[in-house]
Amino acid sequence: MPDMVSLAQPQQRQFNPYADNGGTILAIAGADFTVIAGDTRQSEGYSIQTRYAPKVFRLTDRAVLAVNGFAADGNMFVKKVRQRLEWYRHAHAKDMPLRAIARLIQTMLYARRFFPFYVYNILGGIEEDGSGAVYSFDPVGSYEREACRAAGAAQSLVQPFLDNQIYFKNQVPAPGMAHPVHLPLSTVLSLVIDSFTSATERHIEVGDGLEMYVVLAKGSTAIQSLSTVRGIQEMTVTEDGERVFVIRRELKKD
Amino acid sequence: MSIMELNGGSVIAMVGKDCVAIASDLRLGNQALGISANFQKIFPVTDRIYLGLPGLATDVTTLRERFRFRVNMYTIKEEREIEPETFARLVSSTLYEHRFGPYFIEPVMAGLSKTPSGGYKPFIAAADLIGCLNFAKDFVVAGTASSKLYGVAEGLWEPDLEPEDLFETISQTLLNAVDRDAYSGWGCVVHVITKDKVVTRTLKGRMD
Amino acid sequence: MASVYSPPGFNFSNEIRNNFLLEKGLPLPKATSTGTTIVGCLFKDGIVLGADTRATEGPIVADKNCEKIHYITENIRCCGAGTAADTEFTTALISSNMELHALSTGRKPRVVTAMTMLKQMLYRYQGHVGAALVLGGVDATGPHLFTIHPHGSTDKLPYVTMGSGSLAAMAVFESGWRADMSRDEALNLVKAAISAGIFNDLGSGSNVDACIITATHTELLRNVEMPNQRVEKERKYAFRRGTTAWKNQTVRDLIVKEELTTVGAGPGEAMDTT
Repeated sequence: MPDMVSLAQPQQRQFNPYADNGGTILAIAGADFTVIAGDTRQSEGYSIQTRYAPKVFRLTDRAVLAVNGFAADGNMFVKKVRQRLEWYRHAHAKDMPLRAIARLIQTMLYARRFFPFYVYNILGGIEEDGSGAVYSFDPVGSYEREACRAAGAAQSLVQPFLDNQIYFKNQVPAPGMAHPVHLPLSTVLSLVIDSFTSATERHIEVGDGLEMYVVLAKGSTAIQSLSTVRGIQEMTVTEDGERVFVIRRELKKD
Repeated sequence: MSIMELNGGSVIAMVGKDCVAIASDLRLGNQALGISANFQKIFPVTDRIYLGLPGLATDVTTLRERFRFRVNMYTIKEEREIEPETFARLVSSTLYEHRFGPYFIEPVMAGLSKTPSGGYKPFIAAADLIGCLNFAKDFVVAGTASSKLYGVAEGLWEPDLEPEDLFETISQTLLNAVDRDAYSGWGCVVHVITKDKVVTRTLKGRMD
Repeated sequence: MASVYSPPGFNFSNEIRNNFLLEKGLPLPKATSTGTTIVGCLFKDGIVLGADTRATEGPIVADKNCEKIHYITENIRCCGAGTAADTEFTTALISSNMELHALSTGRKPRVVTAMTMLKQMLYRYQGHVGAALVLGGVDATGPHLFTIHPHGSTDKLPYVTMGSGSLAAMAVFESGWRADMSRDEALNLVKAAISAGIFNDLGSGSNVDACIITATHTELLRNVEMPNQRVEKERKYAFRRGTTAWKNQTVRDLIVKEELTTVGAGPGEAMDTT
């Protein structure tokens, strides 16, 4: 009887801790307001996991965070940011300013440099000087303040459209005219809705629902244009400060 | 990095009211390195058919000549000009013939086809690299900036644009899409085809 | 020197060049695929075929309203999933051969003939022609429904589904299919099966196409259901003329200008024809 021949070979197994859950987020800053929006579809591969999984979260009355990428990491990250904001509230008896939240998010993301939260963050809200602001982050904490930003599955579809309609890129103004620096809230909301319906048409991972958070600076006149908006809901907690609203819309479900 | 990104480039075509427009960038690159800012990708096939060939530059030249040859043969045999619908089938079968060793080109066609009443009807079509045709009623896109073009065009396009308005819409769509694409840009050219003239314009835009 | 006449069949002249590019580590770009839901179902008087209308390139929708129910003969139709160009050309080729076959035999073509031609072709190409098909029709021997897989294997069943939405659609069939359904019952079941694919599978979307084949009549119902029309946009996006800056223009005039020049007798000196 011949010796037993071993067929065993070294095998390598791998666990992939990440998934891509699709979806898209978007934020636009105005003079004294900010709009932060995201679709509500959560998917993996060709399957829809849920048609309503929020990607946009109110942090304080002047800060809203949108998270996109790996949903589990996103939810956990928001939870951790909220915990840090609560600690800040207990220590200082006030809400953390927006620019401080942005820096906090940077350090929290970079702390996980070698096992990152697989999430693209967009932070929107009102700065201490009362201006609308948007901060966008990469998964390991590099960030920048901007006037508008799209991220996620349909970033490449939406961002060039925003370049054209928000920054007026490649547009020559009419003779004797100049492009406006800030757009009114009603225009911004329309552009956000059209961005998402366009992305829904051409990207399979975008659809089902749309949630738009509007953060208004104290005493903002943009409140008037919100009175006519259908199905708007106020999320403000503290009185006589900034105000937060959410507007929900249906998107195509195919 | 896929073969389509080797030389870069993008093309878009749109339908308007009794007119069509087709536009492309002018870049030829070697991956990230720009080589030429005057590399034409759109070619006239007949008076009222234009063909855009984004993809591998060597195949742009090869296919251009191949289609010129096959259209000439058609014109001689049939003793008439080829119609856009017929030309689209010619493009499609030429590409599918090379199913297992394809040309790396995603053609875009725009033209006006003759109607039985003697008028002209807008026609656009696109094909993938092995010849699957896509007849759209609004717009078609191809090339390295295709996803950006889809996004902007889906936002900006409206039905029944007059030739001058269609020029603005297609130009804005292309300029803003290629500005977000590393492999397209370095100038743009737009052709607007109407029943009695073809207006060709080179656009002023970012050259980086 | 290229020949004026190209030989039939595929052309492999780019093989060496493309393999060289492949060795340099440049992957082949992906072709349009129909990430599809296609179905077929037997009923009392014949066959109902159904399909969605979305064509995708990765996660991007390339065509929102493409046709996936292909013509084979008047009484036989074929739904295609997989590589879009392959389904298109394979069905077109078999359609031609079926016409020639009908002409040479002088008989109405049979569904098994189309099925055999398709499976033999797909087997010959060993799965490289990526077509997954649902073939249905009614012939002299009655109604028949087949699925044909890319490698050439076939199934004959009373209700079938294929494509990325096949599980969603089959769930509807498994719960709703009964033997000897009426035409309307079968059509509604097919609509429900395709809709399940459209709404629950990301690879499928837009509209429902259906085709009802009976012994006497074939009815193609293009876009029988359109549940995914885009809502009106919030804003108008037409630009002011002159928004785009341009450097130069050339105009190619397509009007043939004709100028008539009278030769000989000038005006007022017309020929005397009295």
